Amino acid sequence: MEVRSYVLMVIVGAAAVTFIPRVLPLMVLSRFRIPDWGMRWLHYVPVSIMAALVAQELLVKDGSLIPLSRNTGLWAALPAFWVAAKTRSLLAAVITGIVCAMVLRMLL
Amino acid sequence: MQTAGMDTPGEQAGQESFLRGVKDCLPTLLGYLSIGFAAGVVEKTAGLSIAEIALLSAVLYAGSAQFIAAGMMALNSSALSIIVTIFFVNLRHLLLSAALSPYFRHLSPFRNMLIGSLLTDETFGVAINEAASRKRISEKWMHGLNLTAYLNWIAANLAGAFLGQWISDPERFGLDFALPAMFVGLLVLTILSRKSLRRDIAVGLAAAVIAVGVSLIASPSVGVIAATLAASTFGMVVERWK
Repeated sequence: MEVRSYVLMVIVGAAAVTFIPRVLPLMVLSRFRIPDWGMRWLHYVPVSIMAALVAQELLVKDGSLIPLSRNTGLWAALPAFWVAAKTRSLLAAVITGIVCAMVLRMLL
Repeated sequence: MQTAGMDTPGEQAGQESFLRGVKDCLPTLLGYLSIGFAAGVVEKTAGLSIAEIALLSAVLYAGSAQFIAAGMMALNSSALSIIVTIFFVNLRHLLLSAALSPYFRHLSPFRNMLIGSLLTDETFGVAINEAASRKRISEKWMHGLNLTAYLNWIAANLAGAFLGQWISDPERFGLDFALPAMFVGLLVLTILSRKSLRRDIAVGLAAAVIAVGVSLIASPSVGVIAATLAASTFGMVVERWK
């Protein structure tokens, strides 16, 4: 149960460079009014980030595209999309995705 | 009630909204559990002790950064190179934090710091969903959301570290798919909660194409940043044209 100094250095350094981008905009931008165009820009940030994360998770692995025929994740995501839109429930989407991924991997 | 005069309605509403924050976090817990569990397994196999894994998940509290840290430490990379890599991966938090800032303008910088320190992709997704229906987000609600996610994450990391020695193949049960499925759900719910369906879908598709394209030639984190900057600008410009 020891903590090596090398590991401690990595943890403290990594935490610092993670903490700063997390808190800085909240601390600074909350003191100023963001101009109208900035607000409209920020309006699209969440959809952009999440769409980017979803696309990368589903389509890319180790720096190259996953072939469609072997991409069980992409096929498992389609029902998850549908269930999320129908039920508007995050949990239902997650469970659908996990079950579909498991079944597809057993079949393929 | 004797104490009725001491309980202001504000306090009662505040407590209620902390609990509602906890409750609103629950759907994401399955995602945290499985990813945190996987992180714990990876950290254990990278040679970290239980104490180091506890410290890593509690102090760093960032899934992708922890996977990278574990992977690079297993290769004996220098501490500096690991820290620089993680800095670039987590730069995207700038955008999450900036996007939430308008909803916490009623708080002091210090209290904003407390909120930002536990910000993750997932809590951001839930919070921005909440923001769609109001002008400001309750501080207590946000703490309820953040703390629930945080404690769950640490517990999941430790569970993965302890049990990881026996379960070597979490992929067989589809557990690793909890993370992408959760982002799928958050994306759909976010778009449905707003009034700009067609523009949001266009922006999302643009972001997806750019993210994939850039990550093929650069890295996934550069891909996310480039996609966010370009697709958000695209959305803003299209909105202006109308």
